[in-house]
Order: sequence, then C-alpha cells, then structure tokens
Amino acid sequence: MNHVISVLVENKPGVLARVASMFARRGFNIHSLAVGPTTDPLFSRITMVIDGPDMEQIIKQLYKLVHTVKVTEMVPSETLEREVMLLRVSADRKQRGEVLDAAAIFEAKAVDVGAATITFEVTGDPARLADFLELMRPYGVVDLAKSGRIALSRDAKNRNGAKPTLRSA
Amino acid sequence: MSETLTGAQALIRALELEGVEVVFGIPGGAILPTYDFLLDSSIRHILARHEQGAGHMASGFAHATGRVGVVMATSGPGATNLITALQDAHMDSIPVVAITGQVATASIGNDAFQEAHTWGISMPCTKHNYLVASADEIPDVIREAFHLASTGRPGPVLVDIPKDVQAATMEWHRAGELDLPGYKPSTRGHPRQVKAAIDLIQEAEQPVLYAGGGIIRAGASDLLRRFAEAANLPVVTTLMARGAIPDSHPLALGMPGMHGNYTATTAMQQSDLLITIGARFDDRVTGNVEAFAPRAKVIHVDVDPAEIGKVRTADVPIVGDAAAVLGQLIEELRTRLGDDPAPAREAWFATLRDWQEHHLLRCDQDPNGPIQQPYVIEELHRLTGGNVILVSGVGQHQMWASLHWGFERPNTWINSGGLGTMGYGIPAAVGAKAGMPDEIVFAIDGDGCFQMTMQELITASTEKIPVKIAVMNNGSLGLVKQWQQLFYNERYSATELGSDIPDYVKLAEAMGCVGLRAEHPDEVAPTLEKALAINDRPVVVEFLCDPDAMVFPMVTAGGSNDNIALGPEDLT
Repeated sequence: MNHVISVLVENKPGVLARVASMFARRGFNIHSLAVGPTTDPLFSRITMVIDGPDMEQIIKQLYKLVHTVKVTEMVPSETLEREVMLLRVSADRKQRGEVLDAAAIFEAKAVDVGAATITFEVTGDPARLADFLELMRPYGVVDLAKSGRIALSRDAKNRNGAKPTLRSA
Repeated sequence: MSETLTGAQALIRALELEGVEVVFGIPGGAILPTYDFLLDSSIRHILARHEQGAGHMASGFAHATGRVGVVMATSGPGATNLITALQDAHMDSIPVVAITGQVATASIGNDAFQEAHTWGISMPCTKHNYLVASADEIPDVIREAFHLASTGRPGPVLVDIPKDVQAATMEWHRAGELDLPGYKPSTRGHPRQVKAAIDLIQEAEQPVLYAGGGIIRAGASDLLRRFAEAANLPVVTTLMARGAIPDSHPLALGMPGMHGNYTATTAMQQSDLLITIGARFDDRVTGNVEAFAPRAKVIHVDVDPAEIGKVRTADVPIVGDAAAVLGQLIEELRTRLGDDPAPAREAWFATLRDWQEHHLLRCDQDPNGPIQQPYVIEELHRLTGGNVILVSGVGQHQMWASLHWGFERPNTWINSGGLGTMGYGIPAAVGAKAGMPDEIVFAIDGDGCFQMTMQELITASTEKIPVKIAVMNNGSLGLVKQWQQLFYNERYSATELGSDIPDYVKLAEAMGCVGLRAEHPDEVAPTLEKALAINDRPVVVEFLCDPDAMVFPMVTAGGSNDNIALGPEDLT
C-alpha cells in the first residue's frame, strides 16, 4: 500500500541526497518524490509516496537525519494531493475533435498540437490522472511525463464548516 | 575588538575551546594550512602510519576516556582510508570527530589531484557530516560537530574543509547558539512508560536485564548495578557492555549470544521479561529472531527511537538516555516498594545457579600441549588482578577475551562489535593509552588482525605510547577457519596464514618495541610478567597457540538460541 509522507527539512545543501541515501541504504522504496520551498525560506518540504511496509521505521529513520524537522504521514481522507501530467496522445485530423471532447470532460488543457498528436496538461489527484490516462489510452498514448505528488492536509476549520479566517491587512 | 584569523587558525582555536588535547592523524596537501597552525597549538598531534589507524586511535581514545576522539586526514586517499574507522565508530556509537582537508572550492568536481567526494562517501557512515563553504562557518560547524558526536546516540561526525577555506581569513567569533531545529534527543523517559515498566518488572517471574553498550556510553554503569540490585534482576552484558556491571557481582550472568556463555544465552531465551537498556537485538545476540526469547515481553529503553521496534516489538518502549531512565526506574521502584523487598524469584535464581554450575566456562590447558588462548587471558587476569584496559581485535581471541576475562569496571573493554573490524586492536590500544597514560593498556590480538594494522606499533614507539600487545599466533584466520571446519567440510580456503612468517619478535624489535615469545604453557606466566614489567616501550608478546582450537559455546548463524553447541560434538 502506498503512503504519502510530508517531510519538513532544513533548506541546506545536500539534504535531498541525505534522504535519498538513507532510503537506498535501508532498502526502502520511493514511489514518487517532490521537493519544493515552503513559506519559510529556511525550510523545504519533501513529499514522498512510499511503498511501505514498515512506515514506523521509515519515519524514525527520517527523524534520525539531523536536518529533518518534522515528518507527517498524510491521512488520505484529510489530505489534498495533486500531481501534474503531460500526456501526448495520437490524434490525426479525423480523431482530433473526439479526443478534444473527451479531454474537455477532465478540463485537460491542450498545450501542444502536432500533425498527428495532441499533448495535454492535466492536474489533479492521482485517481483523476489515472482515469484520464485510461480514457486516452484507446487513442494511443505516445508519451507521458508526471510530476511527483505534492500534498497538504486540509484545513481543519474548513472540515467543520467554518469559513477560513482572512487575515486583515 | 576584532581579530582576523585564517580558517585553519579558527579551526585549531575551536578545537581548543572544545577541550581537545590530542589529535590523531596524517597530514597531506589539502590540510597543510591546518597542520601549519597545529605546530603552534597546545594540542598534541599523534602521527599515525595509516589513516585507518588514526581513526581507530580516535575511537580507542573515546572508548577509554568517554570524551570525543579527534582524527585529521587530508583529502582523497586520506579521507577514503578513514572510512572503515568511521563506519566502525558509527556501528558502535563512538563519539569521534573527523576533520578532512578537501581540494580548493574552485577545483571541487573537476577530478582534481587527490579529490574524492568525501562528503558523499562518508554520509552513510557518519551520524552527520559537513562540507564547509566559508571560514566564517568554522566556529559554528565545530561546535555542532562536537555536540552531535557526543549527545543523544553518540557517533562519528566528519567535517570536510577545502584548502582555500582553511587559508581564507575571517573575523574570529565564538560559536553562536546551536541552531539544530531537527535535533532534539530525548533524555528523560515518559513517566507513564516508566510506571508501565515497573508494573511488568514486578509481575515478572523470570526477568533478565539485557544491558547493551548504551549503558557504557551513557556512563550509567553504577545506576545499572543499583537498579539491578533494587529490583533483584539478573543482568546479561552484551559484547559492547562488558564491564557495565562487575562480572564478580552475584547478579551478573556475563555475555549472551552466538559465542555467549550458556547461562546468559539461555536465561534470555527462557525469560518472561527482557528489560532491554541501550541494546539493539543484534543478530549476534538473538540468533534466529523468530525463535528468540519466545515467551518474553520486552521493555526497550534506548536514546535512539529507531532502535525500538526495529528488530523486536517492544511492549513498553521508553525513549531516553540510559542514565536518566535508570534513575527514573530506581525512583519509581522505590516509590512502589516502600519498605517491601523486591520479588525474590527464588525458583528463577535457583535455575540460573544450576545452569552456571553445570556450564562453567572451561579452560583446559594441557601442560604438555599447545598454548590455549583462554589460558593466556586467564593468566593475564590473574597477574594483573584484571586491573587493565583490555583491547582486542576481531575473531576467536576477541570472543575468548570477552568470555574469560572478568570485567570489573566500565570503559575497560575496547573492541569492535558492530562492524567486526579486524585490525582494530593495535590502533585502538594506542588511542586508549594516549588518553589514559596511567593505565595498563593490553591488547589481545590475533595474528591475522596484527598483520592488518601492525604499523601503528611504529606510532606507539615513536610517540612513546607503551602499549602491550599479545599476539595469539594460531597461524590462521581462526574464526573463519572454525566455520570452514564446522560448516564447509574442513575445506580451508585461504585461511592459513602460517605461524612461522613473520617473525613477530624481530618485527616488534624492528618497530622499536620489545619482542617476546612464549611457545609452551609453562612460559605463559613468566613471559607475561616480563611484559608487564616493561613500561618505557611498547611490548609485543607472541603466544604460539593451538591452531585447531575452536570457540565454544556457539550458536550457528541463523540458528535458534535454544541450540547451544558446547563443543564440536554438539554440531555433528
């Protein structure tokens, strides 16, 4: 089973190498990985999708890295997850209209059109991207590039129906 | 008032501020600026003959003194030669700081002369490591390095400093407040867990206190003994914990595991509660994990949360420093017991005594036969009263030393446990003696180990560090040969070293040491006495030992600790 963890690390040179090296050394598997800044320039967030199985040991080993500040295992029902996919599909002139219609259902954006292909950009949670891929497969998938997954937990106040607080200027 | 220093000067001053008195190392091109200022410092530099040796010296120093050992090397081959010593210290949680020179910043990544990616190579075998980008960082990096090496679960930390950074100038400033938002090792255990632990201990009928090297590292030996006495618990001491409780103590059972004594191994196996402190269920202790101590509940105290539950699920996990948690356990027990005595557990102690009486460790020295290694170890103990810092290499001699020596104090047993680094003995002894010059430092070494790092005896001679080395010459890589004899149909592939070459006496003399040799059992004691009387030079004593002797008890690799072989006849 896949687990999504969010690792808050100090934004120091080589911190990604430390995380990757630890995973390699301990025989843990990384399914996908995304690294980016946070609101605080001193810290970065690494979002990882991991096969498990021993999540407790993986999290503890992450904490052993001196630059790891916080590790959160995301709860699927309380988490916003997004991936970006670029998908190139066969579409000659005859098929083009049908492919575009199908893509419109997913709000996929046609970002490149060639003589025999269309390339779509689609954003969403992993299930949505998988569905779009299945929809396009019969037309012929020529190429595919996918980002690592990023995730944030949902705002607890929103879940309770309260409105987000707006900070006054 | 500002003061301009070079990075190298700042480094030396930062080391002095950490209280460093001794550095082991070898200079080279990329660390020349630092070595230049080392001449003007009060820090003593001990010039090793190989960087691996320098690294083990730092480790031996740390083992013996409890302080951080410091090693210095140049870039490239200097740094790569250190790697074995770093991994060794990493596995045994020994506080070591390694300073390496690196090629100039502008050359990094260009395959410059003596360039190696030290930061990358050392990453998995250190607790943490640094590549210093500017001279200005040096005070903070050194402060952090010593803090990380010596706190929490100790370990090696490497600081790689490019040559231009050593030469660059900076305005001297002391290290600021530690800024390590991701590093907050726990010290005290959770009070609720401490209570839960005492609940289990009070109910247990066959408990065993499983003491590991963490007790020694935490300086918690005295607390361990007090807790064992207060709760009336028998104690096993792992290879890394020998000396954590005196072997002469009535509650001490000695070493468990693959080559542990029968009582210690079996006590764990049959116990209903393992009170594990600073130990990590290493495969050399547990044998087949599935079959290990099947009835035992587990209390696991460790400063490293990742050790808890890694191998064996803990019923009561306690994250904390061994000394702090032992103090809490003693306190909680005192509250709980009031004026009542701890459970007597008469049946359990009667069983343990019965095992001890029926499975005494044998040392059968035939007066006309070849010298048995346990006999040498026991004679040395008799002649010194055990008042020695005992060091060892890795192999049969190490197991015999751990089994047959009676340890009475912590920090008097220095060996390579986790990594099993052959050749550890001589340099570790040099480091220990450099740190504890008033103690007798005696290394029990094998002939295979000796030949790996013997050049450090030149270091010992020239630096006037009078260590004593016993070479147990059985002409082979004994423990490997033992496995070939038992499990590979006596096919001795590449384990025969031959006992004639080298001539250890001449070799010792060539390196500035006194060389002695004992060939017959009746020469053992007089030769040891001679060695003990020499205190102005290192001494090497060769013992021509039984080439066919094997270490027992033994549990086969991956076998269950229920099946302890007491001799070769039990394995056929």
